[in-house]
Amino acid sequence: MVVPLEHVIILSGLLFSIGVMGVLFRRNAIIIFMSIELMLNAVNLALVGFSRYHNNVDGQVFVFLVMTLAAAEVSVGLAIIVALFRNRQTVNINEMNLMKN
Amino acid sequence: MDLSLYFTRQDFWGILPEIVLLTGALIILSIELFARSQRAAMLGVGILSLVIAGGFAAKNFGSSFILFQGMVTLNDFSTFFDLLYMAAGIVTMVISYNYLERKGGETRGEYFALILFATMGMMLMTRGNDLVIIFLGMELLSLSLYVLVGFLRHDVFSNESGIKYLLLGAFATGFFLFGAVLVYGTTGTTNFQHIALAITNNEILSDTLLSLGIGLLLVGFAFKVALVPFHMWSPDVYQGAPTSVTAFLCTAPKAAGFGALLKVFLVAFPALHADWQDLLWALALLTMIVGNISALVQTNVKRMLAFSSVTHAGYLCIGILVLNEMGVSAILFYLLVYSVMNLGAFGIISLLEKEEKGVNFKDYEGLASKHPWLSASLALFMLSLAGFPPTAGFVAKYTLFSSAISEGYIWLVVIAILNTLVSVYYYIRLIVNMYMKTSEETLVPFLHPLLSVVIFILAISIMFFGILPGWLIDTVTQAARIYT
Repeated sequence: MVVPLEHVIILSGLLFSIGVMGVLFRRNAIIIFMSIELMLNAVNLALVGFSRYHNNVDGQVFVFLVMTLAAAEVSVGLAIIVALFRNRQTVNINEMNLMKN
Repeated sequence: MDLSLYFTRQDFWGILPEIVLLTGALIILSIELFARSQRAAMLGVGILSLVIAGGFAAKNFGSSFILFQGMVTLNDFSTFFDLLYMAAGIVTMVISYNYLERKGGETRGEYFALILFATMGMMLMTRGNDLVIIFLGMELLSLSLYVLVGFLRHDVFSNESGIKYLLLGAFATGFFLFGAVLVYGTTGTTNFQHIALAITNNEILSDTLLSLGIGLLLVGFAFKVALVPFHMWSPDVYQGAPTSVTAFLCTAPKAAGFGALLKVFLVAFPALHADWQDLLWALALLTMIVGNISALVQTNVKRMLAFSSVTHAGYLCIGILVLNEMGVSAILFYLLVYSVMNLGAFGIISLLEKEEKGVNFKDYEGLASKHPWLSASLALFMLSLAGFPPTAGFVAKYTLFSSAISEGYIWLVVIAILNTLVSVYYYIRLIVNMYMKTSEETLVPFLHPLLSVVIFILAISIMFFGILPGWLIDTVTQAARIYT
């Protein structure tokens, strides 16, 4: 049985929205980061769905690049979060307000 | 398998600048590994590789290639941007000389290597002819910048701006990607020409999804170039980042963002540009006004310049709205002049900065009597940012606004000119502090001959392009003609 394209798009849209909500409403930098990963994975799902629908592999190649980016972003991101935690002992982004006038 | 079909001699010569930059970055990282104290050598290799790569890129002026089966295009448009990024990279490297040490940090090899990687990323953004390449370039740029912004690891401000830039930048990437996927999904291709073809032949899956996709792409770009309401990160990031990095961050990547946005609208969606004009109009208006009003009340010079760069992004958005030959060439001219002015202004701030001092308006009181040349250059950059004749800032604003008037956007131009008038207040405020107030203790600049020469060249080019803009206008018109 072939899954219709609409189902893939709706699922991926839902996952993406959950990710956006997570970024907007969570206050812990690591959880926000996880939500961003969820957004990227929603993108991957949509890419695979469209790639299958159009019968060309461009989308699946794109998925590999997105996965590589996600990995690179996590390594850079966690390094920055660790550096921050060493100085501030917190990863709550509500406390990141040193620069308000 | 015969690879020569996929990687031709022409492809190699086309991406030679990128190869040079990559090699330079790897050499710098090797020096860092074996001789960590050789900072001058790392700086030298960095500048040398930018100069060599610039030489190879400049060779492409006047010719036009399509490389890697349509993934990358090389023409005057991309070459103009390549040279702009490389010049910005060289200036950034020079003004970084000894800067991190003065802030209590340490200049490591990564710093120069990351600037080279960021330059490569930006080059891919304006050379790319495919959503995948634009995405890769943008991420290569962003990942390098996240690290550069948080480079002062012991400094809480740098940490904070690093994490803000990282989280919001990655968030924006998500939007950009989802937009790219919807465009791919509805047209079945990621190549710009094929997307345009699918749209004119009406072979798209769903109009709604395509509009949603373009909207999300626009949100991603708006984040990267800091258009209101997606500008919230920029003041905090610009203020907290090391000033030498801020100089880079607010010039070349902004040019790259606008270059890629131009290319997307000019090559992939020329048929749909009319549908987006109302939105672009509103974005330009909001960005100008919000940036300007926020800049009025700042006490920190870096933060003021951050909001001023938001305002300038608003002016540039008018050019995206116009999008004819005149508008595009005006954007290119504006981006170059804008980069020179901001590199100069942030460069001087980075020379004056010492520990906590040198970033507030108050610190600049009485500077002119002690350091007349430095104050004069800073005053020149401020006047140019405000758009006074005979500086280049005036010519840039004039060409941009006149292109909008010729397309009939009278009201937008009237509002833009009113904004320019308001902006004079916060630029002149710095000049007033330097020249008309006195203070017992003034800032002591770190002056190295190399730094003085670079600041001098930036100041001279502001005057030169202001008085004799003809040559540059010819160049940008030629570059703009490629796509319009």
